[in-house]
Amino acid sequence: MNWFTKTFSSTIGRKIIMSITGLFLCSFLVVHLAGNLTLFYKDGGEAFNIYSHFMANNMLIRIMEIVLVLGFVFHIYDAVVLTRRNKAARPVGYYNSHPEQNSTWSSRNMGLLGTVILVFLLVHLWNFFVPARFGELEGVPNADYLNLYSEVVLAFKNPIYVALYVIAMVALAYHLIHGFQSAFQSLGLNHKKYTPFIQKFGYAFSVLICLGFAAIPLYFFFFV
Amino acid sequence: MDLTLKVWRQKNREAAGAMVTYPVKGISPDMSFLEMLDVLNEDLLRRGEDPIAFDHDCREGICGMCSLYINGRPHGPERGTTTCQLHMRHFNDGDTISIEPWRAAAFPVHKDLVVDRSAFDRIQQAGGYISVNTGGVPDANAIPIGKSIADKAFDAATCIGCGACVAACKNSSAMLFVSAKVSQLAMLPQGKTERKTRAENMVSQMDVEGFGACSNTGACAAECPVGISLENIAILNREYLSAKATSEHVA
Amino acid sequence: MILDSKIPEGPLAEKWDKHKFNVKLVNPANKRKYDIIVVGTGLAGASAAATLGELGYNVKAFCFQDSPRRAHSIAAQGGINAAKNYQNDGDSIFRLFYDTIKGGDYRAREANVYRLAQVSVNIIDQCVAQGVPFAREYGGLLANRSFGGAQVSRTFYARGQTGQQLLLGAYSALNRQIAYGKVKMYPRTEMLDLVMVDGKARGIVVRNLITGKIESHSAHAVVLATGGYGNVFFLSTNAMGSNATAAWRAHKKGALFANPCFTQIHPTCIPVSGDYQSKLTLMSESLRNDGRVWVPKTVEIAQRLRKGEITVNDIKEEDRDYYLERKYPAFGNLVPRDVASRNAKLVCDEGRGVGSSGLAVFLDFADAIKRDGQATVAAKYGNLFEMYEKITDENPYERPMRIYPAVHYTMGGLWVDYNLMTNIPGLYATGECNFSDHGANRLGASALMQGLADGYFVIPYTIGDYLAQNPTTKVTTDHPAFKEAEQAVIAKNNQLLSINGTRTVDDFHKALGLLMWDYCGMARTAEGLQFAKQEIRKLRDEFWRDVKVVGVNEELNITLEKANRVADFLELGELMVDDALHRNESCGGHFREEYQTPENEALRDDENFAYVAAWEFTGVGNEPVLHKEELKFENVKLTQRSYK
Repeated sequence: MNWFTKTFSSTIGRKIIMSITGLFLCSFLVVHLAGNLTLFYKDGGEAFNIYSHFMANNMLIRIMEIVLVLGFVFHIYDAVVLTRRNKAARPVGYYNSHPEQNSTWSSRNMGLLGTVILVFLLVHLWNFFVPARFGELEGVPNADYLNLYSEVVLAFKNPIYVALYVIAMVALAYHLIHGFQSAFQSLGLNHKKYTPFIQKFGYAFSVLICLGFAAIPLYFFFFV
Repeated sequence: MDLTLKVWRQKNREAAGAMVTYPVKGISPDMSFLEMLDVLNEDLLRRGEDPIAFDHDCREGICGMCSLYINGRPHGPERGTTTCQLHMRHFNDGDTISIEPWRAAAFPVHKDLVVDRSAFDRIQQAGGYISVNTGGVPDANAIPIGKSIADKAFDAATCIGCGACVAACKNSSAMLFVSAKVSQLAMLPQGKTERKTRAENMVSQMDVEGFGACSNTGACAAECPVGISLENIAILNREYLSAKATSEHVA
Repeated sequence: MILDSKIPEGPLAEKWDKHKFNVKLVNPANKRKYDIIVVGTGLAGASAAATLGELGYNVKAFCFQDSPRRAHSIAAQGGINAAKNYQNDGDSIFRLFYDTIKGGDYRAREANVYRLAQVSVNIIDQCVAQGVPFAREYGGLLANRSFGGAQVSRTFYARGQTGQQLLLGAYSALNRQIAYGKVKMYPRTEMLDLVMVDGKARGIVVRNLITGKIESHSAHAVVLATGGYGNVFFLSTNAMGSNATAAWRAHKKGALFANPCFTQIHPTCIPVSGDYQSKLTLMSESLRNDGRVWVPKTVEIAQRLRKGEITVNDIKEEDRDYYLERKYPAFGNLVPRDVASRNAKLVCDEGRGVGSSGLAVFLDFADAIKRDGQATVAAKYGNLFEMYEKITDENPYERPMRIYPAVHYTMGGLWVDYNLMTNIPGLYATGECNFSDHGANRLGASALMQGLADGYFVIPYTIGDYLAQNPTTKVTTDHPAFKEAEQAVIAKNNQLLSINGTRTVDDFHKALGLLMWDYCGMARTAEGLQFAKQEIRKLRDEFWRDVKVVGVNEELNITLEKANRVADFLELGELMVDDALHRNESCGGHFREEYQTPENEALRDDENFAYVAAWEFTGVGNEPVLHKEELKFENVKLTQRSYK
């Protein structure tokens, strides 16, 4: 192994990858949510369909899509490697343990939360990304884009999907509440002046982003 | 006070262990936790049974030898306290108390509650020092160090090496322990010369020993009897990253 | 036997420099051919092992703890003296020398103490270079404080954890040598015998405390840095594992034991709270810088307080007796340890003690808090106050601390010459393990200084002198002397394991401790000492008849470990009593009630007792033989110590 692979296969190195990919995925969430908010336009889905058409066909976005996939892959791969290592680091567990007295539930269950998010992600891709990307959608009359909007409306009339989406967003919120500020700590960015802000911002970010995402299925289920 | 103790008994490294129940009677609230165990051990001895082996030495909270996982917490329920400084007044008559050794692959059990923490020594040997031989050093006041830096370095230097951080961490990570030394020496001008190799080598040894990674749960700092701060872990991450990015070790 | 202290000729200030020039040197290429064993990894041991490794010798270091970092030096709180005169308050090497000689009540060797004061300045430089985070001023330079028995501020400190920081510094130097392969470290390994070949120390027999395996290690020289024997008293501020076994077994092999009765009783410890008590906790002496010591003025008030009819805050200012300030206006609460301890005992004996047992005095911070504010007091003593509160459940910011003297340090130890070599060639003793520098009473913040002086700056020179004069030829551990010593150790362990009596080791230890405390503690009488001698002998006989040690040798056996240590304490205790009985004077920590001034101060007899009493072992139960090393004072005038 050379110094580079050595660095990023060390425990700290892997955590650095976790945090960089994590923060990158956070930025993706912002873009994704911003686009999705077009769903709330009362224009029969026109804005949303234009947006999704752009996302499916723009060259830059297509490149970023690959980066995004890599982000997920590294984030998940390192999570799996670290989790296995962490489990091996304590082969015999405690008979009586009270971790709730010294740490938060979300910080100890990032793997579980991440798994819920992953399951959601697969379902979500199957619902929207695959049809949108591989042209299984109906066209919109008199327009050169496809109608993803109708797909959304359809999906979010299904109470099981709505429940899954809401649960996943709760999991994502908890994942981010720990993950956002933890990423800064892993990158060595801890300072008396800024850390309190990062922690508060991270909390607000996590809650707002996830509320935003969760509002969409609820809106379509109850109001459309 | 009368108590019921559930204690991990294990004959040696190879043997399987189990929790064994012992009633203890007439415990004074002013006793320390270890004095309570002394009482039990004296009883066991008089009955011809093998007393419970546990590590302890100074009994004033500084040597870092005592290491009991009490009622699901390293060093017991009191914050900022070593096992030897935990007093029985924090328990109630009739309580059942579980006592276990630190659990980590890197801390194998020698016997009962005694674990092998030599992994910590090996990490320190990998770079937890400033390479100066005896003699030939400058006058102590030739190296002025701002009070706030000196105080901060001191805060990191107070680590007693007990291993509660590892015991508390769900990943058995030794990051708090390693970071305390790395950041102490990185902060001081004397330590800056070797800061890159130090961070690289100590982290590498930490990984070799089989400790887990840091999930930033903060359990380590919450259970640290001397209050080593999580900021040290951030400093270690920073030191490691910049060392790896800029040192000339290409292997 | 004639004791040759090997003090170099010449003026005091030049002795050490001259000696360093006169000692023989080992050729750098030859150093790797010499093996040195260092037993104990406290300040004296770790610093010696590291430095000898740096010089190129092959070092094997041993400690019974699970890591060298846990040696009991770690618990030293207050600080370390050095004659740096950074404060411009009149300090100098000579003043530190003078204070130490005077503080030791003129029972220490001038030349050794002067050397100690000389190298004290190098210690601070060395520790700072290692990254020891000493307290600093805002300008970035080192801070100092004054400490008991001194009128200058020469004590360097790292909050209340100076010993910890210094030890971790020495431990880091040791780790570096371990990493280089120059030191091989054996933790959880206890020395159980010294091995001599042709009259020279050539190795040790140890027990691996995890497996029980008895092993031998050979070397060209052996350094004992195994600390003091305060645990003879069962209750002391020493760590639970601190023991005299290594030193005592060397003594039984012929090393003389010097001034064993000189024990230091530290005035500021947390009082005993019950008979389950396993150890006593020291509160740093630095507390006396700001705390005021007092007891109620009358027995009547003290009684009402003890019964709980009144609380401490009900006692009016005029009903409080600040007895140290009253009796010693010049030094006040900062009198040396022996004086402070004895006065606490005096007022308690008068019936004016406080606490449920009546064996405690107050240490009051109310004035300091009023003067400097709670934040300032907390910055200086916060961790000590916290520790006190944890143990006693009382808040010292709100009510005065209760303190009482406790055994803390032993000035006596293996007799060594100027080179720190015992009378056995090749056997050295450093730190608290030897007797050399503190006389009959040690000043605060001097133990750390001595341990590091011996390890960093003295033994690296003097051991070379011995090695240079000895061939590099190794002895193997197959040598009959090793086999014989191993067999003796195994036989002793087997004997302890086979008695299967009814009393536990702690039982015997507590009984011994009580005898020592009552008759060979803060105040001693000929009558009491004679009684104690008989009782100790009885107790020892009973021990070997009735002690209960369970388990086998081939395992981690905590009872067997303790039994070995207590067996040695039972012999050492008697020697302490013998020494106290023979020394018909009072000096420093040795206070014989028969010999005191009308003001109850220690009354020395310089005419007859200005010597080091070095005792030779002649068999268990036999009377030891006394050898005297006369102390010559050429640079200080012997005076009655006065702190008034």
